[in-house]
Amino acid sequence: MIDGGNGNGEGVRGRQLTLTKKDFTSDQEVRWCPGCGDYAILSTVQGFLPELGIPTKDIVFVAGIGCSGRFAYYMDTYGVHGIHGRAPALATGIATTRPDLSVWVITGDGDGLSIGGNHLIHALRRNVDITILLFNNQIYGLTKGQYSPTSEQGKVTKSTPFGSVDYPFNPVALALGAEATFVARTIDNDRKHSTEVLRAAAEHKGSAFIEIFQNCNVFNDGAFAAVRDKQAGAQQNQIRLEHGQPIRFGKDGERGVVQRPDGSLEIVAVQDAGEEALLVHDMHRAEPALAFSLAHLSERPTGPTPIGIFREIARPVYGEAMDAQLEQAKEKMGEGDLAALLHSGDTWSVE
Amino acid sequence: MTKQVEQKDQVVVRFAGDSGDGMQLTGDRFTNATAVIGNDLATLPDFPAEIRAPAGTLHGVSAFQIHFSSHDILTPGDHPNVLVAMNPAALKANMGDLQAGGTIIANENSFVDRNLEKAGYDGNPLEDGSLADYQVFPVKMTDMTLEATKGLEVTKKEGERAKNFFALGLVSWLYGRPTDITTTWIEQKFAKKPAIRDANLAAFKAGFNFGETAELFATSYKIDRAPAKPGVYRNTNGTVALAWGLIAASVKSGLPLFYAGYPITPASELLHELSRHKNFGVRTFQAEDEIAAANMSLGAAFAGHLGVTGTSGPGLDLKAETISLAVTLELPMVIVDVQRAGPATGMPTKTEAADLMLAMYGRHGESPLPIVSAYSPAQCFDAAFEAVRIAVEYRTPVILLSDTFLGNSSEPWLIPDTDTLPRIDPRFATESNHDEGFMPYLRDDKLARPWAVPGTPGLEHRIGGLEKVADSTGNISYDPENHERATHLRLQKVKNVADSVPPLEVDDPDGDAELLVVGWGSTQGTIKAALAAVRDRGKKVAHVHLVHLHPFPNDLEEILRRYPKLLVPEMNMGQLSRLLRAEYLVDAQLYSKVQGQPIFVEELTEEIVRRLA
Repeated sequence: MIDGGNGNGEGVRGRQLTLTKKDFTSDQEVRWCPGCGDYAILSTVQGFLPELGIPTKDIVFVAGIGCSGRFAYYMDTYGVHGIHGRAPALATGIATTRPDLSVWVITGDGDGLSIGGNHLIHALRRNVDITILLFNNQIYGLTKGQYSPTSEQGKVTKSTPFGSVDYPFNPVALALGAEATFVARTIDNDRKHSTEVLRAAAEHKGSAFIEIFQNCNVFNDGAFAAVRDKQAGAQQNQIRLEHGQPIRFGKDGERGVVQRPDGSLEIVAVQDAGEEALLVHDMHRAEPALAFSLAHLSERPTGPTPIGIFREIARPVYGEAMDAQLEQAKEKMGEGDLAALLHSGDTWSVE
Repeated sequence: MTKQVEQKDQVVVRFAGDSGDGMQLTGDRFTNATAVIGNDLATLPDFPAEIRAPAGTLHGVSAFQIHFSSHDILTPGDHPNVLVAMNPAALKANMGDLQAGGTIIANENSFVDRNLEKAGYDGNPLEDGSLADYQVFPVKMTDMTLEATKGLEVTKKEGERAKNFFALGLVSWLYGRPTDITTTWIEQKFAKKPAIRDANLAAFKAGFNFGETAELFATSYKIDRAPAKPGVYRNTNGTVALAWGLIAASVKSGLPLFYAGYPITPASELLHELSRHKNFGVRTFQAEDEIAAANMSLGAAFAGHLGVTGTSGPGLDLKAETISLAVTLELPMVIVDVQRAGPATGMPTKTEAADLMLAMYGRHGESPLPIVSAYSPAQCFDAAFEAVRIAVEYRTPVILLSDTFLGNSSEPWLIPDTDTLPRIDPRFATESNHDEGFMPYLRDDKLARPWAVPGTPGLEHRIGGLEKVADSTGNISYDPENHERATHLRLQKVKNVADSVPPLEVDDPDGDAELLVVGWGSTQGTIKAALAAVRDRGKKVAHVHLVHLHPFPNDLEEILRRYPKLLVPEMNMGQLSRLLRAEYLVDAQLYSKVQGQPIFVEELTEEIVRRLA
């Protein structure tokens, strides 16, 4: 690899960096359970990053606690493995002080939506320049199988032998509610789709939030079968959102989404509704209501479920706004002068 | 009539009124005029937790005390000589502290039935003889302020609101304060509101002239300039000094300052002060919570900035886990704890120093870190600078302990020469330190690890909260012996800080004192003043004051063993005294006060005398 570059995807003096997946692979042995969806995500990310042309020295992975937390150790970039739930806050400190870096947050449904829920929503509303990958497996894996904030009601686990009574979060809806400027969903084993979503997220300025359906084959196997496994009819259930295209799905695109007069969404047979009645996906819509309705089109990923980019809008980036204030202050007050500061205001001399 | 001018060497004045009466502002202005004419001084604001408690009630009383003198003074004074009471509640709430036979200047207009009732008076104390043992000056401040502001473009309410400036004018005359400092300030402060400016100026002048002409006051007082080391001085409170110390450390290290905090009394003031200095490249961040603030600062440290977070006790509880992460990541970070009275919400606006054990042990596992404490408002500057020095030099989180009293009170400060402040060298790693590749935990002779920041080519590495091979690769390790080695290394590194600390200064003129007072934090002024009082009675007593609370200075043990008796005055139930006993097996005796107020000089004086008997 050639090192250097400005961290904005441009190589040194215009030279294109030619990095490979290997450049992003650390010497640490990967230790997830065999068959875990995390392997696929790691491989996709390591395989995708070279195309950004950002040198490994300018990339930071920040992870929280949970199975996903180990991710940072496996990337041959800069990395911090923090404490439970706090990765978005740690990453905020990095991204706002160093806008030259490409900062990635790896979290899970327990880490990001339960113990760290507060940091996630605030990072999103501020539009800090970070990309958040939330591995949603609807279970606590590392602590060996308790229900999570995305587990379905009635879930029987070690901590809920009579079934969970908690109503679950919908991560995409939560991110939209938190005023996120980029919200997407993809699936661990769909490398092509994941890569497309990652690419769009990397290009986005500000916070990008990606929920990744991730299978935990040990504690919650098959949670996403309806949209993930061919045998379970995944092809029929994946509603692939594509900007500017009518929203339709099914083996031959025979089903689609229409907006009712009251604004709510409905899944219909295209034959009955007519192609022209289908809702055309617009991820750049300023107001989030339609994206929110799409997020709620399926309450659980057990039937037709939208994947892809729900929303992508432009809003000032937090770190840039902070830097602009520093520049303004320097212009207005002059570059800080320590001696002048200490002598400012009322002083007196003793001879 | 000709008025007499009487010489005095020291006076303690307390301004007290309703929290809406502007007493803090009045005190602050009086302080500035006092500082500029060269009296030594110390101040103590005392305000209620409620922003606007019901007017006229006891819990709505806000006060500001200033002790000024023609000689070196060390505390804001135990008992005011003069109480300015703007209403009955202010009189009632503060009477107990007034010196026997002291002076009361009361706003007579506010002593009406409704206010008297709210303050819980049966009759009017200005008239019923209950204050016969004091010198009472009833002054119709409201009437005279309204009279002075008549004809100006202000409403009656706005005019009346200027009465604190009337009081300020009156007291300024009484103690011979120059008027130009205050009038200039009013002119600048209210430049955009000319009507209010004129009302305040008129009230201030009316108060001053009233003192000069009314027959009520026969005498005014003169307090000479206090002797002081040559140099340029300013007045500062602990908040400003601490913030500027951080900025100075940022300048001297070349590390841009990143300060994250969550609003909490009394540490919010630090966030406010630092937010004003963006032209120094200071990034301030109001985080979503205390935990986030700590993590953001740690993230900034990882990224190569000077990461600082500030809070008070409740916030330090919340930051504990993150600080433990910083301990194992071994990154420079400063956590400021402006202590307040606890537990839980406690008394947020009142002082206490009961977080030492929390700073020392308040984390899970073996999680040692250096602790630095500030002891006077101006010295907060040095303490902040020292905390940063240790953090950067040893790659460690450092807890800096201040307290509510230090943050709010003020004193003159001999402004340091910025050229003589030492440089703090971040010593960033720029190239690999090993044939087999960069080792993030390969340590130097102090046991500090390299600080390699993102963007440095070839030094890509991962660090985290899992136990690691702590003397080389930093790779995850569950090896039993490695954990033990890592635990020892982290502690030893912190212990090594003691080697970088100058010898302690013991105040013991003859070297044969019977009792050594061991202090830390804001008790310093009280201890010094008490020592002077005890020595006046012919007793021999010594004093050492600790800035470094972990590790203790190398020479502390020898000093402790030199004295037959040890006394540790603390605003807690015995935290330093317990640490000293545990560390050195010495009989460190506690003198404790936990009233949300500083220890008073006379209390400590009596205690020392009793212990010497």
